[in-house]
Amino acid sequence: MRHLLSIADLSKIEAISILDTANELARVSDGAVKKLPTLRGRTIVNLFAEDSTRTRISFEAAAKRLSADVINFSAKGSSVSKGESLKDTAMTLQAMGADAVVIRHSASGAAQRLADSQWMSGSVVNAGDGTHEHPSQALLDAFTIRKHLGLGKSDLEGLRVAIVGDVLHSRVARSNVLLLAKLGAKVTLVAPPTLLPVGVESWPASVSYDFHSIIPFVDVVMMLRVQQERMTEMYFPNAREYSRYFGLNSDRMKSMKPGAIVMHPGPMNRGLEISAEVADSSRSVITEQVTNGVSVRMAILYVLLTGGSLEAGGN
Amino acid sequence: MSVALSAPDIKRALTRISHEILEKNQGASSIVLLGIPTRGAHLAQRIASIISEIDGVEISSGTLDITLFRDDLRLRAPKAIMPTTIPPSGVENRDVILVDDVLFSGRTIRSALDALGEIGRPRTVQLAALVDRGHRELPIKADFVGKNLPTSKSQSVRVLLSEIDGRDEVSIEGEAN
Repeated sequence: MRHLLSIADLSKIEAISILDTANELARVSDGAVKKLPTLRGRTIVNLFAEDSTRTRISFEAAAKRLSADVINFSAKGSSVSKGESLKDTAMTLQAMGADAVVIRHSASGAAQRLADSQWMSGSVVNAGDGTHEHPSQALLDAFTIRKHLGLGKSDLEGLRVAIVGDVLHSRVARSNVLLLAKLGAKVTLVAPPTLLPVGVESWPASVSYDFHSIIPFVDVVMMLRVQQERMTEMYFPNAREYSRYFGLNSDRMKSMKPGAIVMHPGPMNRGLEISAEVADSSRSVITEQVTNGVSVRMAILYVLLTGGSLEAGGN
Repeated sequence: MSVALSAPDIKRALTRISHEILEKNQGASSIVLLGIPTRGAHLAQRIASIISEIDGVEISSGTLDITLFRDDLRLRAPKAIMPTTIPPSGVENRDVILVDDVLFSGRTIRSALDALGEIGRPRTVQLAALVDRGHRELPIKADFVGKNLPTSKSQSVRVLLSEIDGRDEVSIEGEAN
């Protein structure tokens, strides 16, 4: 495996091996050793052409725990804001000897473009491209679900997951549907018709417009952020109505199955798609998602930067 | 392929190593056995249970995965990371005995020393290997050896253990040249 561009081109075996690797790396982070020499001398560039807190910091922490050198590069305050193209930026990074580039970009397919081009020779990790995919987020979500509800199994066979809200603009939803289905979970997308993308019938998931009737049957409720910055039209009448039909508040949470968990990729609009009580409740694993994100991203960097495909066995 | 150690040979070698470990460390009280996965971990467990039989005390044993400390990570396909389990007593001021199946270049042991250094500061670190096949690339030497097997570099030594492979056997594959 050389690049991580989308969940679509990841096999089930590759996905599980990343989760298993993350599991061992999480135990390392829990222990006395916080820093490993594994990627000493390698340079990882965080190329963020779109705003991010969690993902950028998470990749940075992951790289640093593996002793890689990290260069952070954001569009604001760089030559990108002077109009430099992705190609010229990539060639600059190549000239500086980047072993891997973690890219976040507002254009769908930006990571793929970077990987397919001859502009640079390093690995490319997609950290979110437009409304296309966000594979590392899906992997950390699957990791979190497996940890809570996996019952020691390697996959998520038989679990039911509801992904609720702004599916239309959500690369997290797309990556999650693909990965969760790959791992054997049954996914239901819950959203108003205006916030579902064209062609959603072809996704490996069922669709519902009725959150209330779905919620008692699922093991995981994954809330999505209403992406107001990408909304150029009216998708729902007003925030209060959206909240009433598609938001998760403590009343609605009462009808959840015992042991079922609430997830959110962040950043949250508290009071819109999720109420503050729910976000801070015992069912919420939202901060744990952030913690797991570091372990999963360490696993991704380990697998990509040590070359070749993952093989089983010890020493 | 020729068989170098049969199942009874392996049993005898491990029993002798256990006695030597006890003799050298004047008893089992400060010993921590750490096996290097996969097969070294099983050997460490076996040695631990033999020592308990001889000395009548429970002995601390665990596993130490060295994958993340290897010096050839850029050159080879990534290995699956195996669990590291350090006994609750820790390694601080203990006599740590690293256990591996085959001692060859010595690079695994160098990585193990690095990994161990991140965990604590043992009083001594010793090395037990079921087979020493020579061809060291680093100044590393085993304190306890089951059998010295002269091999050529083109040959490979295969260790089978009943816990994983269903039977105990050490064999040499390939022609000497």
